[in-house]
Amino acid sequence: MMNEKISGLLKFPILALLVLTSFISFSQEISKDAAVIKAGEDLFNGNCKSCHRVKQKLVGPALAGVYDRAPSIEWIKNWVRNSTKVVASGDKYAVALYTEYNKSQMTAFNSYKDDQIMSILAYVKAEADKPEVALVDPIAINKKTGDGIPSGYLDAILGGMILILILMLVILGLIATTLKKYLNDKKDLSEDDEEVVNSPYTWSTFVRSSGFIFLVVFVVAAVSFKMVIDGLYSIGIQQGYQPKQPIAFSHKLHAGAYEINCKYCHTGAMKGKQANIPSPNICMNCHSQIKQESPEIQKIYAAIGYDVKTASYTGKQKPIEWVRIHNLPDFAYFNHSQHVNVGGIECQTCHGPIEEMEQVKQYSLLTMGWCIDCHRKTNVNNEGNAYYDKLVEIHDASKGKGSKMKVEDIGGLECSKCHY
Amino acid sequence: MSETKKTYWKGLAQLNNDPSYVKHADKEFVDIGVAEDPGHSRRDFLRMMGFSIAAASLAACEAPVRKAIPYIMKPVDADPGIPNYYASSYVNGGDYCSIVVKVRDGRPIKVDGNSLSSVTLGGTSAQVEASVLSLYDNYRLRRPRKEGKDSDWETTDKEIIAKLEEIAGKGGAIRIVSSTILSPSTLNTIDKFKTKYPTTEHIEYDAISAYGILKANEESFGTAIVPSYDFSKAKTMVSIGADFLGTWISPIEFPKQYATTREVSEEKREMSRHFQFESNLSLTGANADYRSMIKPSQEGLVVAQLYNLIAAKAGKGALSAGMEKVSNLDKAADELWENRGASLVVCGSNDKAVQVIVNAINDLLGNYGTTINLNLPVNFRKGNDEKMASFVNDAKDGKIAGVIFYNCNPVYDHPMGEELGKALKNISLTVSTSYTPDETASASAYMAPDHHYLESWNDFEPKNNCFSLSQPAITPIFKTRQAQESFAVWSGGSNEDYFSVVQANWKNWFYDKKDIASDFQRFWDKCLYDGVYQGITIENKSTSFAGNVAAAAATIAANYKANNDGVEICIYESYGVGNGSQANNPLLQELPDPITKAVWDHYVTISQKDATKWGVKNDAEGNTQLMKLTANGKSISVAALVQPGQAEGTVGIALGYGRTKVGAVAENIGANVYPMVTMLNGSLNYGAFAHVTIEKTSTAFQLAQTQTHQTYMGRESVVQEATLAEFKNNPKAGRDEPKVTEWDEKVDASSLSMWKGYKYPNHHWGMAIDLNTCTGCGACVVACNVENNVAIVGKDEVVRRREMHWLRIDRYYSSPEGTAHDNYKGLEKAAENPEVIFQPMLCQHCNNAPCETVCPVAATTHSTEGLNQMTYNRCIGTRYCANNCPYKVRRFNWFKYHDNQKFYQSNPAMNTDLGRMVLNPEVTVRSRGVMEKCSFCVQRIQSGKLTAKQERRPMKDGEVITACQASCSSGAILFGDMNNPESRISKLLKIELDPKNPYSSDKKIGNPRAYRVLEDIGVKPNIFYLTKIRNKDKAKEHA
Repeated sequence: MMNEKISGLLKFPILALLVLTSFISFSQEISKDAAVIKAGEDLFNGNCKSCHRVKQKLVGPALAGVYDRAPSIEWIKNWVRNSTKVVASGDKYAVALYTEYNKSQMTAFNSYKDDQIMSILAYVKAEADKPEVALVDPIAINKKTGDGIPSGYLDAILGGMILILILMLVILGLIATTLKKYLNDKKDLSEDDEEVVNSPYTWSTFVRSSGFIFLVVFVVAAVSFKMVIDGLYSIGIQQGYQPKQPIAFSHKLHAGAYEINCKYCHTGAMKGKQANIPSPNICMNCHSQIKQESPEIQKIYAAIGYDVKTASYTGKQKPIEWVRIHNLPDFAYFNHSQHVNVGGIECQTCHGPIEEMEQVKQYSLLTMGWCIDCHRKTNVNNEGNAYYDKLVEIHDASKGKGSKMKVEDIGGLECSKCHY
Repeated sequence: MSETKKTYWKGLAQLNNDPSYVKHADKEFVDIGVAEDPGHSRRDFLRMMGFSIAAASLAACEAPVRKAIPYIMKPVDADPGIPNYYASSYVNGGDYCSIVVKVRDGRPIKVDGNSLSSVTLGGTSAQVEASVLSLYDNYRLRRPRKEGKDSDWETTDKEIIAKLEEIAGKGGAIRIVSSTILSPSTLNTIDKFKTKYPTTEHIEYDAISAYGILKANEESFGTAIVPSYDFSKAKTMVSIGADFLGTWISPIEFPKQYATTREVSEEKREMSRHFQFESNLSLTGANADYRSMIKPSQEGLVVAQLYNLIAAKAGKGALSAGMEKVSNLDKAADELWENRGASLVVCGSNDKAVQVIVNAINDLLGNYGTTINLNLPVNFRKGNDEKMASFVNDAKDGKIAGVIFYNCNPVYDHPMGEELGKALKNISLTVSTSYTPDETASASAYMAPDHHYLESWNDFEPKNNCFSLSQPAITPIFKTRQAQESFAVWSGGSNEDYFSVVQANWKNWFYDKKDIASDFQRFWDKCLYDGVYQGITIENKSTSFAGNVAAAAATIAANYKANNDGVEICIYESYGVGNGSQANNPLLQELPDPITKAVWDHYVTISQKDATKWGVKNDAEGNTQLMKLTANGKSISVAALVQPGQAEGTVGIALGYGRTKVGAVAENIGANVYPMVTMLNGSLNYGAFAHVTIEKTSTAFQLAQTQTHQTYMGRESVVQEATLAEFKNNPKAGRDEPKVTEWDEKVDASSLSMWKGYKYPNHHWGMAIDLNTCTGCGACVVACNVENNVAIVGKDEVVRRREMHWLRIDRYYSSPEGTAHDNYKGLEKAAENPEVIFQPMLCQHCNNAPCETVCPVAATTHSTEGLNQMTYNRCIGTRYCANNCPYKVRRFNWFKYHDNQKFYQSNPAMNTDLGRMVLNPEVTVRSRGVMEKCSFCVQRIQSGKLTAKQERRPMKDGEVITACQASCSSGAILFGDMNNPESRISKLLKIELDPKNPYSSDKKIGNPRAYRVLEDIGVKPNIFYLTKIRNKDKAKEHA
């Protein structure tokens, strides 16, 4: 059902493009400055993307061309800051829009300054003006696997070959036995030939030889030793841990199909130690309107105490007990903001392709070796960060200007970075 | 190594070469009193091993499912994992401190000083630091109680109101009894209660009273106040029995002021001079330049004599009282007179007559208007001893019909407490608002528990026109209720919450009168954010003295004796548990007394001469005898502790012990000494000098002391000191600079090394500790414990030398210069009144750390920022590092101190669900079998660095301070980045960066006072100590 909806939505950009091209005159106020567009992109991804796309209709309308179709730029600013107020004022365009989108309210961003809203528009415009690339169903992209021969074929070919080899071995064995029997029956063989035919070095003597037994015992012992050691090392490692959660929340849908920025919900990732499991009031930003009937969404309403009929909060709350997937030992300190904010690392680097996971699982090993390995390989994100200036200077002086400064080079492997 | 000038010793056992000391002197780990348990056989071992393997493999199969429960509605400013800070106020009776509370995930976990406060100046004390744990005290009341049975607020209120109305109807007397109340809004609420029930009288009293000062000032200047003292302006200060650095009046503010006069440097070669006359060796006495021993019975006469000496210079007549031959008194008088207007005389006596003479002395010296400010009274002690005594008598006589005890415990902490406790049974309404079922609450019919101060709204006026607010840092944990709301409900007022009351009061009192901000909300928000609000300041003007000196002298002559033969008791407030209200706090019980270094115990300090006379002997393991001490008709049995510096013929004993209804931590510790306090001249007298007997019993007792063990192997370049006179000539005076002969020239011992040294490219963390300003109070020890989840181990483990403190304060006594090492007779003589030096000792973060090289598993390593790192999860507990540490600062976890019922009583912070809420989530709770030590608060360093990185800027100096530095009232500890030439530490130590090698671990230190402990062993610590300078004329001179 979801797919149908999405493919239905896909028609929309074409419409939008038509709308766009029908206007020749471009608004003069909207900046084309790259810095402004970049600022707009960050704001858009962080705050708007959960409901809007540039060329797609999602929860809210596609934004391409909004600067031309809305009554005025000033109107847009008012709308962004407080849409309820605009609707309440009886503005015709606003009321029409409100009714068109099932009377769902847009979150009010009343702290936005003029230039922030303008930068978002600049970004939208820049995106809208970009030449059309073939649009593909995002879910279809996710399903697509690597190029070349599918791995299933390879397995089948390999299996077939092994089967043929075994058959050949059996046939050869049969031939040898037949020949031996035939030669023994002949009885006119010379002494030398007799010896060749009935060799004392048979299979059974070989198997009983002490050398062979030693070898087998050695190999078995070595293999089991290795397995025990590997087993011991895997204690406490929960890679692939995929517990059932109290609410069947799909990252594949939210982060994948709708491309909602991770940090929109995981608000702590840029600020502090914990990325934060979102509190239900974040869910309510959209789900106070969307998919009210879903049994999973009902669970959120039950937790936060929301009555759909009256659209009000009852005050009866019940916490949601999510099952924790990533469990670091207490003696290991990890801080999200150091990695996400300062280091500029993508969430997927450690958490894997979250946008493809229906149910989240532990993607990485989360062992100390895994941490250290990354600290050895990763360059320090020192661009534009004055904290690192002195370190870069010293690094360049000793290792040459071109060489990249790794985390390891500035004490990233020291014990007290993570253990205290 | 150069010759050492003095001999230092840590305890009498070391000095006397006691066999019990020598036996273990060279050992880091000693088996004392640990009996081998023969109960386990080989079979048991196998059985247990089999079981553990099975258990371990079972446990490994499946990891436990852990839940993550987010907020339902996340508050905007609360982010899990990010601490919030709230300005508030600590108040316990009349004790006050303006604070900043660190709240992590809704739980207060640390209290720091608020530097915006003009009263406490950003300092804290051990009790303030420890108070955060009392919030999570298991002994707290969960809900109201009636006659020992749980009740609810509705019934309690109904019954109390009915009784109050009944009493008021009959015209029966109602009393509200409290400690000093600093809060104007609370007093306002009580006034409203009084209007409703006009027969109500409010009685304030103090466990440690200053009523004598109030009365003396009323006589001398017309108002019953305690003035503000400013030690920072005093060049000569004389204290007669006032322990102003430890417990007297405002012990957070005074050390800060005192320290400013004690700081010396190459540029400032002047400092104040401090004379102390006292019986017990107090913290203040230990810091004094000249200390003389007097008896409590002589106190009044010494004050009178000082007056006579100064009056002679001022051309006035002598008094009828006085006393000859008090050592150093003439000298003190001379110097006071020399520094007229820049001197200060304070006295700890609570006798009005004595305090009148003290006022007269300060008046003669012209100190009013300079070092004493009568226009800025402090409100910490407003208790009226006479009113309180007559209340107890009224209660006994059945004249009282109803009494409400507002957060006070007179049944325990008033001399007539026992009688009061009995009298309460006959009073028809008795209510206590105490938050624990203490002695008074247990004797009252109703317990209507107040919130803990960290859960409350309130306002305070510690000094006139200096206001502060307190705000809740946590939602109330239990069904307690703000006491002010209780009063409002009982007086039939509206059910308005106290927050609105305080806010409305502030609007009426401060905002309307002053046009500060454009609207009240902004004014209020700023006050709440700052925690303090400064009203109008009144100029410090001198006031004319109108006291009757002659009458006072006559009273003194009658009450005091120069030659009293009998034993005298000098009662003092404990440095740890204070007046006893925080006795249930294990952090304070395990805080070593600054002087005696005893923990978890109550004892009587006796002089060495008396000890010999009475046949008392202490050994290095704390083995001693119980003494039977009788005074004021009360007998108690306490352990004897032989204390150098105790005046002969006197014994010292602390208040704050002997609580009976206190909770698991402090049960059965010591005896209550309050009943020994007598009334003298209308106020409580904390010295007993008549009808006192003391006798040794045959019962043996073992005290737990954290010092007297652990020696420096006779290497005595540890504390370095000089007199001011020497320092003036040579700023390097007192420094021990070890030299080594290399070929033909002598070079600094530290210049030779087997090691290449490190490069610290980014930061180089270091610390400087000024031995001159460290008063030895111990606030840093508690701050460190709270910040770093240091386990409290209890008395038994301390006896086994297993205390876990990362930071200790070493206290050394010393003999005068020139005494030969082998001349024990000479040393013994001097030890009657030794010089004292305090040295905070923590991991020195050596550049050539000896611990690092001996660890077989590399669990302790060196960082590129100069830290000596300790990795608990790697440690296998060989303890080689501790054996190889020259400073003995590594502590070993002999037990799993958390989740261990054996430590339930001593360490509730790690063994109860409630207590665990205080733990700092940034610091690992260590398990059994691992080593731990000071980490330079690495969690704070890391968090400071992260903030700088997030803001894309270099670090600022002062952005990271360690917990010990933050707690230090006198500013003796300074932490910082020695690679940053602009940092305070670089400037203090005068670090000269080598332009060729600026990031070298070997910094050139330019400050002549700075030295590293045990320089000659070449471990190159990153902690520098600044020499102790005593303001004495001659080095040899001794009190």
